[in-house]
Amino acid sequence: MKIIQLSSETDFEGWRQVAKLLWYHHISPQNVMWRGPSTAQGLFDQAEDIRWRGKITSRASLTVPRQFIALAKRAICHQDENRFDKLYQLFWRLQKSPRLLENASDRDVSWLLACDKAIRRDVHKMHAFVRFRKVGEDQAGREQFAAWFEPTHYIVGLATPFFRRRFPNMDWVIVTPYQTAIWNGEDLTFGPGGQKSDIPKNDAIEDQWRTYFSSIFNPARLKVKAMTSEMPKKYWHNLPEADLIPSLIATAQDRELKMQTDAVTTPHPLAAHLKAKQKAVS
Amino acid sequence: MSMLTVIEKLSILADAAKYDASCASSGTAKRHSVGKSGLGSTEGMGICHAYTPDGRCISLLKVLLTNFCIFDCRYCINRSSSNVKRARFTPAELVKLTLDFYKRNYIEGLFLSSGIIQSPDYTMEQLVEVARSLRQDHGFRGYIHLKTIAEADPALIQKAGLYADRLSVNIELPTEKGLKAYAPEKTGQTIRKAMGDVKQGIVAQKEARRGRLLKKAAVPKFVPGGQSTQMIVGADQANDIDIITTSTKLYKGYQLRRVYYSAYSPIPDASSDLPPIRPPLLREHRLYQADWMFRFYGFSPMEIGASTSKGMLDLDIDPKLSWALKHREWFPVDVNKADQTQLLRVPGLGPLSVKRILSARRVTTLRLQDIGKMTLSLKKILPFIETLDWSPGGLTDMENLRARFTPAPQQMSLFA
Repeated sequence: MKIIQLSSETDFEGWRQVAKLLWYHHISPQNVMWRGPSTAQGLFDQAEDIRWRGKITSRASLTVPRQFIALAKRAICHQDENRFDKLYQLFWRLQKSPRLLENASDRDVSWLLACDKAIRRDVHKMHAFVRFRKVGEDQAGREQFAAWFEPTHYIVGLATPFFRRRFPNMDWVIVTPYQTAIWNGEDLTFGPGGQKSDIPKNDAIEDQWRTYFSSIFNPARLKVKAMTSEMPKKYWHNLPEADLIPSLIATAQDRELKMQTDAVTTPHPLAAHLKAKQKAVS
Repeated sequence: MSMLTVIEKLSILADAAKYDASCASSGTAKRHSVGKSGLGSTEGMGICHAYTPDGRCISLLKVLLTNFCIFDCRYCINRSSSNVKRARFTPAELVKLTLDFYKRNYIEGLFLSSGIIQSPDYTMEQLVEVARSLRQDHGFRGYIHLKTIAEADPALIQKAGLYADRLSVNIELPTEKGLKAYAPEKTGQTIRKAMGDVKQGIVAQKEARRGRLLKKAAVPKFVPGGQSTQMIVGADQANDIDIITTSTKLYKGYQLRRVYYSAYSPIPDASSDLPPIRPPLLREHRLYQADWMFRFYGFSPMEIGASTSKGMLDLDIDPKLSWALKHREWFPVDVNKADQTQLLRVPGLGPLSVKRILSARRVTTLRLQDIGKMTLSLKKILPFIETLDWSPGGLTDMENLRARFTPAPQQMSLFA
């Protein structure tokens, strides 16, 4: 049994190199166990260094569909501890059945598609729910912002180029428990994770945002399930407007009822005045 | 009148804008700010940054520039006869608010409408100025949706198109009769002319792009996100067939990206001309489903109409299922042999599932459990398909098949 320890949770290139080597040495998925850096040491011994001896003597060609690479690069960011093994299983099977990915009903393929979907959703939610707070501004007027976020999967590397495209002219950091992304105007770099207390506690504009959030909601259209299915409660504690939600829900029915039962008020005189003006002109 | 703070204005003018549903930050030309001054990007699809308890997403800062208005449309909270508190942003205040929210990643951009003050032209000029300032003074590349004042000068509307990703004019009510009764200052003709002008602008820009001699020659973009419209459902007597007919005519005639159906919602300080009803949310939902059938599933308006009864879509079941129950002769569909059109007609199969089926069956013959892995739920589908190991038998032509799908009658509570 070969045990492979990868150097980071999302080390796709490392995984790929080793997978190729393993295949050339005809080591099937059942005889390999893959581990990320955080997985606890098992009963089995140490990981062997696979970049060891052996030139590749086989002339057999090794191809993988491009689609697999694209899917695997995302799937490797998933939380699933067994993802490296499952990816290798697919990699191995693809050599014998190159069109395997077209069959969405296959068990391994449907796992890969499900992972891909989960990652894309997580990235999308990160783009949606990261909330910056202003840290300051330098003399030239260049602003600094910071945000705290808790993604479900290891997606910081996948998700943060989006913020670079959007905010290249401000400095920002996004701190997550496992990794921090830093943009200084020149390079997007990644450092170790941090804590919520690393970023400012509040921001003057947050009051305006909370006011906006409360004002835009129509109490006659209450649909809490629809809201929580798109904005799951796990994200709420990092969203500044979330503490308004319970009272908005609680008062909604009353507000709606009031709109229906309120007596119709006397029309404002402006309307009549405008009508008269129009009549006089025509 | 005392000076209102920005927060007070925001509270009034966001509240005033809540009834316009056509505010998704939909697809537009992809842009980013790397290597340039300014800020903002668009990725080709909208992002919902927050959700309110009505299940609606907040993607844009959706406000009115002002809720003062000289028109008196009955269904509108901002009509001249309403006693609602009034406020007005200056363009500079609104620009700062938009940029402050955008930098904190609260929004994708701005959705700006307005009550009509002084005149339609003056109002439209103010709206265009906000968009211009964002684009030119601040290098803003996020999403901008401007409501178009139908009665404004066409030249102003063309100018708006240079700064906005999307323009929309609300058709307001599905029939001319409804419009006359509830929005006497608006006419169907003016609204349709404005939509026609926007369409012309889009067509002209596409032709200019195609006809340019140099590939590199820049052709200024004109509403890359297209135009949309909105109609109110349930305020007047129009039935669902009227609405669907109007809708399909609008899509064809004006190349709209979206038609929004907004369930008539009771407003504070309502006019006595309007029904104090609960918003017909389920009816609105069915209309959206019918709209999808037309746009993505290849149904013709007549076919959708055929699935209604007394002009109204079935509230208990979705319109595609309703159609299928009335056209059993199409079923069962053999998933291993049928073409895309036939597969799209199966209740419970959407475009993505159909795509997966077509792809998977090149590699294997499909069984029932394979279909189960590729769709959300088998229950709806069973009476309508055949697989290698499943045939519905008499289920397809069963007399009361509909009963399988309708919700069980609920015991009414005495204390509701």
